[in-house]
This record gives sequence, structure tokens and C-alpha cells, in this order.
Amino acid sequence: MNRMFSSRLFWPVVMLLVLFTINLVAFPGFFSLEVKNGHLFGSLVDIARNGAPTLIIAVGMTLVIATRGIDLSVGAVCAIAGAVACSIILGSPEPGSIGTVAVAVIAALLIALVLGLWNGFLVAVLGIQPIIATLILMTAGRGAAMLITEGQILTVNSPPFKVIGSGFVLGIPVSVVIAAVIFAAAALLTRRTALGLLIESVGINPEASRQAGVRSRGLLITVYTFSAFAAAIAGLILTSNQTAADANNTGLFIELDAILAVVIGGTSLAGGRYSLLGTLVGALVIQTLVTTVYTVGIPPIATMVFKAAVVTAVCLLQSPTTNATFGRWRRSLGRGRPGTRTAERASVS
Amino acid sequence: MSIDTSSAPVDAGRRLLGRVSSAFTSPKYGPVLVTLVLLIAIFAIGGSRYRGFVSGPVILNLFVDNAYLIVLAVGMTFVILTGGIDLSVGAVLALSTMIAASLLQSGWSASVVIPLILVLTSVLGLLVGLMIHIFKIQPFIATLAAMFLARGLCYVISKDSISITDPVFVSLAQTRISFGGRMSITASVVIALLVVLVAFLVLHYSRLGRTVYAIGGGEQSGMLMGLPVARTKVLVYVISGFCSGLAGVLFTFYTLSGYSLTAVGTELDAIAAVVIGGTLLTGGYGFVLGSVLGVLVLGTIQTIITFEGTLSSWWTRIFIGGLLLVFIVLQKVLTARRR
Amino acid sequence: MNAQAPVVEMTNISISFPGVKALDGVNFRMFPGEVHSLLGENGAGKSTLIKALTGVYAIDSGPADSGEILLAGNRVSFAGPAQAQNAGISTVYQEVNLLGNLSVAENIMLGREPRRFGGIDWRATRRRAVELLRGLHLDIDPGSLLGSHSLAVQQLVAIARAIDVNAKVLILDEPTSSLDADEVAELFRVIRELKAEGVAILFVSHFLDQVYEISDRLTVLRNGKLVGEYRTAEILRLDLVQKMIGKELAILDALERRIVEPGGGEDDEVPLLAATALGRKGSIAPVDLRVYTGEVVGLAGLLGSGRTELARILSGIDRPDSGELVIDGTPHRFRTPRSALARGVAYSSENRRAEGIVEDLTVRDNIVLALQADRGWFHPISRKRRDELAVSYIQALNIRPANPDAIVRNLSGGNQQKVLLARWLAVAPRLLILDEPTRGIDVGAKAEIQKLVVNLAENGMSVLFISAELEEVLRLSSRIAIMRDRRLVADIVNDDLTVDSLLAIIADGELTAVER
Repeated sequence: MNRMFSSRLFWPVVMLLVLFTINLVAFPGFFSLEVKNGHLFGSLVDIARNGAPTLIIAVGMTLVIATRGIDLSVGAVCAIAGAVACSIILGSPEPGSIGTVAVAVIAALLIALVLGLWNGFLVAVLGIQPIIATLILMTAGRGAAMLITEGQILTVNSPPFKVIGSGFVLGIPVSVVIAAVIFAAAALLTRRTALGLLIESVGINPEASRQAGVRSRGLLITVYTFSAFAAAIAGLILTSNQTAADANNTGLFIELDAILAVVIGGTSLAGGRYSLLGTLVGALVIQTLVTTVYTVGIPPIATMVFKAAVVTAVCLLQSPTTNATFGRWRRSLGRGRPGTRTAERASVS
Repeated sequence: MSIDTSSAPVDAGRRLLGRVSSAFTSPKYGPVLVTLVLLIAIFAIGGSRYRGFVSGPVILNLFVDNAYLIVLAVGMTFVILTGGIDLSVGAVLALSTMIAASLLQSGWSASVVIPLILVLTSVLGLLVGLMIHIFKIQPFIATLAAMFLARGLCYVISKDSISITDPVFVSLAQTRISFGGRMSITASVVIALLVVLVAFLVLHYSRLGRTVYAIGGGEQSGMLMGLPVARTKVLVYVISGFCSGLAGVLFTFYTLSGYSLTAVGTELDAIAAVVIGGTLLTGGYGFVLGSVLGVLVLGTIQTIITFEGTLSSWWTRIFIGGLLLVFIVLQKVLTARRR
Repeated sequence: MNAQAPVVEMTNISISFPGVKALDGVNFRMFPGEVHSLLGENGAGKSTLIKALTGVYAIDSGPADSGEILLAGNRVSFAGPAQAQNAGISTVYQEVNLLGNLSVAENIMLGREPRRFGGIDWRATRRRAVELLRGLHLDIDPGSLLGSHSLAVQQLVAIARAIDVNAKVLILDEPTSSLDADEVAELFRVIRELKAEGVAILFVSHFLDQVYEISDRLTVLRNGKLVGEYRTAEILRLDLVQKMIGKELAILDALERRIVEPGGGEDDEVPLLAATALGRKGSIAPVDLRVYTGEVVGLAGLLGSGRTELARILSGIDRPDSGELVIDGTPHRFRTPRSALARGVAYSSENRRAEGIVEDLTVRDNIVLALQADRGWFHPISRKRRDELAVSYIQALNIRPANPDAIVRNLSGGNQQKVLLARWLAVAPRLLILDEPTRGIDVGAKAEIQKLVVNLAENGMSVLFISAELEEVLRLSSRIAIMRDRRLVADIVNDDLTVDSLLAIIADGELTAVER
């Protein structure tokens, strides 16, 4: 029991279950899945599909935040990736060919890698605070995307490109598959190699890590590059889904959703230990919240108010002040019980 | 004798040169001076390329078009001087345009609506400040929550644009204070300049203002010196909330409407103006007048792009990003040299 | 002097933090017009006592805290530094706690600027600041940024601020730690002037020369307890150092002595590490030091004598600005801890929390960290190997709880120290620099760590062992280097050394009191 409460996944999962219950009450068919034309449909599938871009970005963001950093530029990178891909496809004589789409996607990803290296350079080499360093690209990035699209909304008509955002593979939405692949890749890459350990160690205690011989510079550049790479993939999914690159609105505010997903998932903004699984739950909570707002019949535009409520609630729950108060309260309830003490410690950490 | 007379002016010249160069490399004055030079340079470029660029009406219009941004930047300056940041200003601005438009539409009087908006946005700032201070939540996240809340409330009020027909607002929007010829300013400019003046006096002649600088220089030191650090840290967010509300009111004078999607990304403009105006993002150094210069630089770039005609407006963002980079690196260099 | 009533009288002060009794029934007093030194090693309770006096710690906040403070005969209880300041107790902290981003004048006057028309009267502020600076014979522009001045000037500005409030008591916490000789002289001139005006000055420094030069009386604390109050003129240096470090001589004689085999005896043996004139400005004077394979070299000295500074340079954490370092006969430039580790030099920091353990990670992850960092992230140590490493070190060092998955934050200090040791042992260094590895840990763990050091040396590892506890250094080392006031003053083979002889060197810089 104590273990369950002290797990950092506890509150996010509770939140997700509460949202599911609300949905089920408002819309009894919420959990039903059906197969139409060999494709999976249903509310849960919608949540997974619409939540995919946020999840992909949140995975990159988790690693950045674990190093005590933050990446504000992901929304702008989304827009740039979409703009690059669409303008290449539009400029090609055969927009429908797989080759064209492949070139477009690769070009978009390469540019994102350069942008990620740039962020990493500012943070790791010049030593600029992450929030400030990525603010630069956040500001200039959308302008650059506009430059690429020449201020137009680039609508593309390319069936292979459309697959990325709205296709199906083996009945499952392609975007969900991509998100799963990125998630698994990040999990394997950090947990099967020593990357995760070193990232956490740098995030928790940079000086101790330095003295232990950890090369933090390379690590920082890696995580910022990965974050930009993930953002570009999310940007391609979003653009493909709309079949258009809109430099102004593609990925607008998605950095905030991604950070929110990470925070809900229990990874502290102060850096250190991270949980990709938590981030997954966090991203699902956010997307389910949006869906819930729809199904319950609240005007969808009010979603942001609920997001504000969730951010506030999560922050207050994680705040040291709250923890201290709770700790005192729990101590006064169960004086001297050894179990209570460990639980309280775990919730602090 | 002759040596003396000739060397004296040389010495004086060298001393002046030394003064100038030390001012430019000081973390306190350096960035502001660079901004000033930059502003003059941009004007020179504009003046050399376009006829009528350096003229009274163009310069006054800079103020007319950016009055609300000046007010926002003033509030942001207080926050950034303490080492914090406020991401909610754009959304709060939009919220106050929505509150103004919808209340005026349902027949409230302007003399009630305006004070009400200012009180509401100040209270929102107070809540943010308390979240940051009591619950030790990072300013970035706390103001992010406020941003979500304010934008969400905008949509709750209405998703459509509401136009304003209230006679007081219309007359305030249209009244121009003329300086003869085509030179005139709006009431908003006067209000914005008043805000700047008050902010300047508060920052430089009040204990609150000096505590703001002290927090940015070292919160712990300020506390050990017996300054009211906690109270001041909360107050800067109240000030920023108030300024956002006031900026919203000025913005409705400018557009005569309220719209949920208005001023998306304005927080970035405000932050950029403050940074370009020479305020250190980690706090402690900066001037409110510098922030005004920052706003003017942004405004002038926009004007040039308008004059150019062929250059598209998205270049503005790229220029702002580039300037941000230059100033952030400049700050880094100037403060690193001092350590 | 005793005819006067004390200006400060603290009686029976006890202050506890979770798990630590920082002060235990300490009495302390100061008289007007005297310079009073407060002495003690790490963890003695000096800074806690100062914070109790200046209102940073309220005495009546915790249940275990008690005591009484009288200021000029009246009982006081401060709720914060501001109140203490208003009552006439001013403090100049070790790291100058002023604001580099504001002007000199403002730093002096902040919080009590003269006002005019409801606003700050800058002209009067400046005038008052100039007066105060002139009182200290400090000729600087009050309008200049404080950050643009040297630390010494900043220190004097801090004093100017402190005396403006009509200070009865001025506390100077390590004021000389970053000043050069001329600057110290300047500071002492100011201190003497203030003393003549009747201010009671509390002087905290780990430079004994300075303590003897400036102070009239001194109080020694050890492990949170009062050792005694003495007149400076009446206490010998040797006795003073002994009182600071502790342990009566009678007990020392009873201690078992390890049979030390002097290493590096042969003339032709190439030292593992040879430092020549290795120094760093503002840190330590150039040092010559040799460490041979398989020997334990003790590095002794008081707190602040430069022991840690030397270790940090040897292990690549700080860069030297003079001298050279030769390892195994080839010159080496240690640019980072990583390059030092690559040459087999590992450093275990004295600052366990801030620079040692990574407290939110598990015991296993902490143990493998340095080894893994050396291999790079792409070549992970297999799960099996990590478990083996963790289990074997947990057993070898008797780490409790014996659980590789325990979070290091939740371990006791001694066990955290063992985890840290395990991390360095896992990389199998050729020279292990241990900085205060036994500080603040229980007796059992201490004995285990000492035993381990002996074993390591027997197996061919060289150890540079830094400790403030002399008997520990004596017991373990084959050779002892002694630092005093940031220079290496002795490097002697440990054949018939005693605590007495070490104390003599630490106190006076040479072997005078004891026959060799």
C-alpha cells in the first residue's frame, strides 16, 4: 500500500482514471472499439491519435528537463519542420511520389537536428540558461517558418505524406505507431545504455558528476538535439494531419502541453530522476482532459481553464511547502510508525 | 610649457575615451548604450533609404502603435529585475480586452469597467506571486498556469470578437493631442509615458524599487541586509498583472474591440523588449527607460519593414530573435568579465 | 577589562537540527572594546553560534533549543537579522553578502537611506556613505558598482555598512580568507580603530597568526561544546591547537600504532606522482610533493590551511597556475577531473553532499557512476556486472542497508561515505585522494574506513589521506605532509612522530617544541 502511494505514477494514474470515469458516465460507449474498413476506431483511439504529437515532444522534453533544462523552442521547430517538408513537396514535380515525401521528411529532420545542435551549443558551450537560450529559437523560429512558407498556408495534396498523420498500419493509426516507436526508442536508448543514468546524475548534482568524470557537455547537446528531432517528427504529423503547413499555428502552445505532460508525469522541473512512463500518462491525461471537455458538453474553448487548474493542482501537490505540511500532518496522525516515515521521504524525492 | 598644453587635451581625451569604454563594458550601462546606438543606427538606415522616415509623425506613431507594449514592458521589467519571468502578460492583456468589451456591451459604464479590470488583473498577479513565494513554484510554471487561465477565460467569455461602441472608449480612442501639422499622439501615449515615469520613480527613489534590484543581485544577501524580500517578490507580479490589465485597456483604445486570440505571443515581444533594452534576464541590472528603448527598437524595425514593402512582416520575428541572441551573448560576456 | 560588564552574554545555548546537536549548552561572552576570536574546527559550532547571536536562528523555535542571550544586560530575542542589526549587532559574513549590482553608497545605506519628499534622497545617501568610507580611510567613488571592486574593498564596504548602525558588536566571519597581506593589514587597522571606539569585535579566522596578532581573548568550541575561554596572551599556540583538535595526550599514547613501512625509500624509484612548485594564486603557495606507489601519505593541517585546495589541484578540479605535475615519469596537465581519472588519480571530496554523492540515485548507480562515466554512455556496464559490483562493495565496506536499490539520500552519513569510497574503488585508481573521509561518521564506520585504507596500500594503491584528526593520520600514514597557512611546511617520514610533534608543526610551522 505504501509503495503504491509513494510511487510517482500514483497521482497521474488516479487523475487519468477519474477522467475516464467522467467520460464513461457522460458517454457510455467511451471504451468501445470498433473496426471499420480494417481500421480501429473509438474514443480511446482518438485520444491516442490526437495525443501522439504531444507525447512525442514530451518524451524529448523529459530528457531535457532531467538535465535541469527546458526547451521552449519545440513549437517553433514543429512549424519549421512542417514548412520545410511542405515546401519541398510543393516544389517537386511529383508531389505524390514516395521519393519526394522521403526527401521532404529527411530534409525536415536534418534541419531539426541542426536547430537542436544550436540549442545545445548555447546551453552547453556558451553556458546560457536553458530557458533563455531556447527562447531565442522560440521567437525567431516561427519567423523562419513563415519565411519558408512565404507567409502562405501551404496546402499539399500528397497521399504518401498524408499517411504520416492520418494513415493506418495494421489497423492502428500511423501517428500512434510513430509515437510508440519514439517512446520505445527513447526508453531503450536511455535505459539500456548508460545515457539515462548519466543524464539523471548531471541533473541531480552537476558538480559531483563532473568530479566523477561525466562529460556533461556532450550529454546536454545530445538531449537538446533529440528534443528538436522529436519536435520535428511531431511537426510532420501535425502538418500531415492538416495536409497543410501553417507557420503561425502548427504546434502553437505545444511546448506548454509537453512541459505539462512531463510535470504531471512526476518528473521534477528541478531536474534529476525522470519517468518516461509518467510522461506517457501525463500526455494521456492532457489529451483525455481535452476529450472529456468535449464529451461532457462544456464548450471546448474552455479547455485552457481546465489545463490551468491541472497545472496549479499538480504544482501545489508537488510543492515542498505542501509536502512539509502533509508530512507534519501525517506524522501527527501516525506518530512513530516506521512505514509512514519512508513513504513521506519517498514523496519528497 | 608647450608640452603641458598639448598633453592636457590629449589626457582629457584619453580620460573621456576611458570613461566611454568603461561605460560600454559595464554590465549596468553597456547593454542600454548599445541599444541606444542601435536605435540611432536603425533610424539612420531608415532615413537614408526612405524619404520621410525620420520625421515627427513617424516617430510619434511609434509611440501610438506601441503604447500598450511599453506598459507591458514596464511590468515585465520589474519581474525580470528580480530574476523572475512572467509568461502570462499577453493572455492577461487579451483577457482584459475581453472583459472590457463584454461588460461595455452589456451596458456597464467605462468608469466602472476600467478600475474593475485593473483590480482583477492585479489580483491575478497577486495569486501568481503567492504561488511563487509560498509554494516555491518556479515563476515560469506559475505564470504559465496564469496564461492558460487567462486565455481560457477569454474563450469562456466569447470566442468571437466583440466590438466596442461605448462613447467614452471611442472618444478616448479617437482623441488626438495635436502638436500642429500631422504630428499628434493619443491619450494612450500619455498614459504609457506616465506609467514609465511612475515606474522610474518607484525603481530609483523608493525602497520597493531598490529591493527589486537587491533581489536580482542576490536574494540571500538582500534578506541578510534586512530588506522585505518576500513582500517585494510577490509585489512585482502584482505590478506586472496591473500593467497587463492597463495594457489591455490601452489595446482596446487602439483596436476598439475585444478578441480572445488577440496578442498571442505578445509576452515574447515584451520579454524581448526588456532584454534588448538592457535588462539582464538573471536579474539585478536594467532600467525601465532601457525597456522603452527596447520597445522603440522593435517598433522601428517593424516600421522599416512596412516602409520597405517588399520585405515580409515575418522578418520582424527573425530580427527580434537575432537581436535577442546578440544581447544575451553580450550580457553573458559583460557579466562574465566581472566575475 | 573584567571590571566592565560584558556587552554580550550568551548562556547555556543549545541548538539542534534533525539528527545533529549543533550547539550543546555553550556559554559565550564579549566585552566592549575587545577583539574576541572564536575558534574551532569543522562542525565545532562556530557559525551556529554566530547565527544564534545574529537572529538567523531563533533560539526558542525548536523544542530542543534553549538558552538566553543578554545584550548590555537586557534579555533579547531576535526574530531575524534585521532586528539584531537594529539592536546593534552587525555581521560581515564570509562570502561578502553585499550586492555587486548596486553602487558602493547604496550597499552601505540600503534599507535605511535618508529620505526626502517621500523618496530616497540620493545626495544625502552619498554624503553619509562618503563619511563612513572616509572613517575607514577608504578612498573610492561611492557611485561605482560594488562588483567592480576587489574583495578586500568589498569587505571594507561591508564593514562600513555594519558600523553605520552604531554597532555595539561587530561580527567578522572569516574576513581575511581571501585577502593578501597588505589587505589584511588594512583590515586590522580598521579593526583597531573600531576597538578603540569601544566596539566589541568577534573575529573568526582559521589563520592562527592573525588570531594572535589581533585578538585579546578567545573562545574555543569543539563538536558543539564549549572547550574554554582564554586570554590570547596566556595560551600557547600548541595548547590552543590541541584544544581545537581535541584528544588528551594521555589517550593518544594508548592508541595502537600501525607498523608503517616507509614507502619510497629507494633513491631510484620513480614516484607515482611528483608535483613541483605546483601552486594557484589566491589558493595555495607553490608546493613540492611526491607520492610513491603503495604508500599512504597523510596530509595534515588545520581547516583552511590549504589541504583541500592542494587535493583539488592534484585531481584536476581546479587548475594550477604554476608548477608542473609528473605522473609515472611523464608530465601531465590535469585539465578536468576526467583527465585525472584517466591517469588513475581519483579524489573523494570532503564535501560529501555537494560534490560527492548523487543523492537521488540508488546505491548501485552511485557506485558505478565513475566507472560508467569512464566507459562512456554507449558502453553500459551490464546489469549483472553492476549488481555484482554493488553487492561486492556493499559487503566489502559493510554498507547498510545492504540494498543496492536504496536511495543514497536515505543513508546515514557514514554509509554515504562508504558508497562514495566504493565509487572510487570501482575505477581502481592508482592514487586515491581521500579528503576527510571519516568526518561526521560514527566510530564503527570510521574504523572500517581506516582498515580499508591500510588494505588498499598493502595491495599497491597509493593513498593521500587528508584528515583533521591527527591520531588517524599518524596511525595510517607512512609519511606526513603538513600544511599551514596555505603552504606546505613539512614532509616527514612517520617513524617516531607523535601527535605532539605534529601539533607543534601545525602551530608554529616547525619542529621546535618536540625532539625528534
